[in-house]
Amino acid sequence: MSNGNYTVQQNNGIRSTWKFILGELKPKGKLLTPFNIISVPVIITGIALIIIRFWKGIGSVTNLSQEVPWGLWIGFDVVTGVAFAGGAYVITFMVYILNMKKYQSIVRVTVLNGFLAYLFYAGALLLDLGRPWNVINPIIGNSFGTSSVLFLVAWHFLLYMIAELIEFSPAVAEWLGARRAHKILSGMTLGAVIFGITLSTLHQSGLGALFLMAKDKIHPLWYSEFIPAMFFVSSIFAGLSMVIFEGSVSQRVFSDQISETSHRSHDSILHSLSKICAVAMFAYFTLNVLVFIHEKRWSLLNTPMGYWYLTEIIGFVLLPMILFFMSYRKRNITMIRVASLMTMAGIVLNRLNISVIGFKWDSVSHYYPSWMEITVTLTVIFTEIWIFRWVIRRLPVLREAPGWNSHN
Amino acid sequence: MSIDRRSFFKALGVTGMTLAAGSRLSASPVPVDKNEFLGILYDSTRCAGCQGCEFACAEAHGLPAPSFEDVPVAGTVRKTDETRRTVINAYKTTRGDIYVKRQCMHCNDPACTAACLTKAMYKNEQGPVSWRGNKCMGCRYCMVSCPFDMPKFEYHSPNPKIVKCDMCSDRLTEGLKPACADQCPTEALVSGTRRELLAEARKRINDNPGQYYDQIYGEHEAGGTGYLYLSPVPFEEVGFNTTLQKSSYPALTKGFLYAVPSIFVLWPAVLLGIQQATKNDNNNAEEDE
Repeated sequence: MSNGNYTVQQNNGIRSTWKFILGELKPKGKLLTPFNIISVPVIITGIALIIIRFWKGIGSVTNLSQEVPWGLWIGFDVVTGVAFAGGAYVITFMVYILNMKKYQSIVRVTVLNGFLAYLFYAGALLLDLGRPWNVINPIIGNSFGTSSVLFLVAWHFLLYMIAELIEFSPAVAEWLGARRAHKILSGMTLGAVIFGITLSTLHQSGLGALFLMAKDKIHPLWYSEFIPAMFFVSSIFAGLSMVIFEGSVSQRVFSDQISETSHRSHDSILHSLSKICAVAMFAYFTLNVLVFIHEKRWSLLNTPMGYWYLTEIIGFVLLPMILFFMSYRKRNITMIRVASLMTMAGIVLNRLNISVIGFKWDSVSHYYPSWMEITVTLTVIFTEIWIFRWVIRRLPVLREAPGWNSHN
Repeated sequence: MSIDRRSFFKALGVTGMTLAAGSRLSASPVPVDKNEFLGILYDSTRCAGCQGCEFACAEAHGLPAPSFEDVPVAGTVRKTDETRRTVINAYKTTRGDIYVKRQCMHCNDPACTAACLTKAMYKNEQGPVSWRGNKCMGCRYCMVSCPFDMPKFEYHSPNPKIVKCDMCSDRLTEGLKPACADQCPTEALVSGTRRELLAEARKRINDNPGQYYDQIYGEHEAGGTGYLYLSPVPFEEVGFNTTLQKSSYPALTKGFLYAVPSIFVLWPAVLLGIQQATKNDNNNAEEDE
């Protein structure tokens, strides 16, 4: 986008902006990609299931019961999805607070990823609400349940989405050629970042604090008063693993968008991120071990749930942590990618172990998600990827920004 | 390092938002005398298992009456659900068959109420914990939090309700007894204030030490409950969870909630400080407009 573009748009006013947006709505790129072929039928089925859910009730598509009121939609979509979205607050902390310019090239894509994750996973929450028309009650009106952790989480979701939107908005302004708006919005970035990091600290740990009252229902190997701290620490490496994974995919899929310089710097970014992951995972692992020893849980280990716990902690925390450390020393990119995938699997395991698998582990009937719950979850994920791809192809997210700041 | 006008306003804005949000997020316990709450004492040595309370409850709340095949049998546990707010179960114990009524315990400091982000679930000053449909958004966090698993959800309705015993709070405001206690032919159910009921329960145990197990279930469980139980046998024999903590469940999240305002105040200041400290070294382009 050049200066000429800007002048033309200003002359024709709002009407041409709308014309521009309508033009941008048209698909770009190939239609028959493997992803499209898989995702389109899933999304269509998912939409049908969502209609059935609102028509016949939540029980018509889910396996939820009176004893297990939260299943895959909360445990995976919301609790796990938000952990993966943690990359945005970590990266903005590094770039805007610590002024590490090295990571500048991945800020926008990470914030976009985070914003869409919140938008869709908080959106998925609406599917799980029995009475979604009352969703505004904790936000406006006189129904403030201030003693509820969920009240805090709900507010933080909303405020954090606004903060992330502000952080991302300069890219939208560049896309629309709105120079003035761009200047104002860029000036708000630091405030949004500081506010966003504060909110993230609290709601990442808040998601864990949600389960504090379910003391007798969660398996003792996963329950401790430190769940909030553990959720927060693990969101750091969960988010960064997602950044590594998403970055590695984007480097291939959107190679046309990425400039030569940022392509070259990407490996170096991955190495540094893997080091941060390793350190955060070390802190997390130590915290787990301390809680385990402090609460004297040795007797619980030699049970099926005990082996499952060891699988999670050793196989999906300790092992990827070692891989991250080794990859940093050996400068091995493949090892980083493997480690990030294992870490993500570990986060899924951990969040599900607390919210679904270890929840009422001793009950007679166990909860397993129905195929319909899984399809709706996939629908949410695929739709998010569609929007993500749409934005990447149009807005200056991965490609170089026009650099309006420096020319002023 | 100096703070210019702009960053000063930024800091001011952040602090302002913080204070606005912080005051909203602090928890406020209501100081009331928990022993003046209305409650119900259930004495299982008096219960004949006639299910009269189940019928009365169904009638009072417009729910289907229990079918005649649906009777308490030792060995099977009937549970409350979206169509019945209370059930009688039979247990084979060391002292013969014993009936036990189950329903919401109406905790002094209920987990469901602390969990509710819209105050749909609330404990009124009389003592009953009840549910308000115009506030509830159906998140089911009350069900996750309740240590007794009492709130039930209509999974097969497009306009689902949370269903549980509300101690007939409408009848209580009219000065009537709860429907179940009102009709109980053997006076196994007695209503009154918690203070009266605890005294009565202790009196019964003292007068007939051989007849009762020396514990009032609900006196301390989960921080004390409105429903109180007497039994001839240890409570784990009749299906009660005796490992519940004695302090209230909302206390488990208080520490976290109290930390929120301080993080809201400290974090932005710390972050802005770090940002200012690192800015000069790198001469960030973003601040050089």
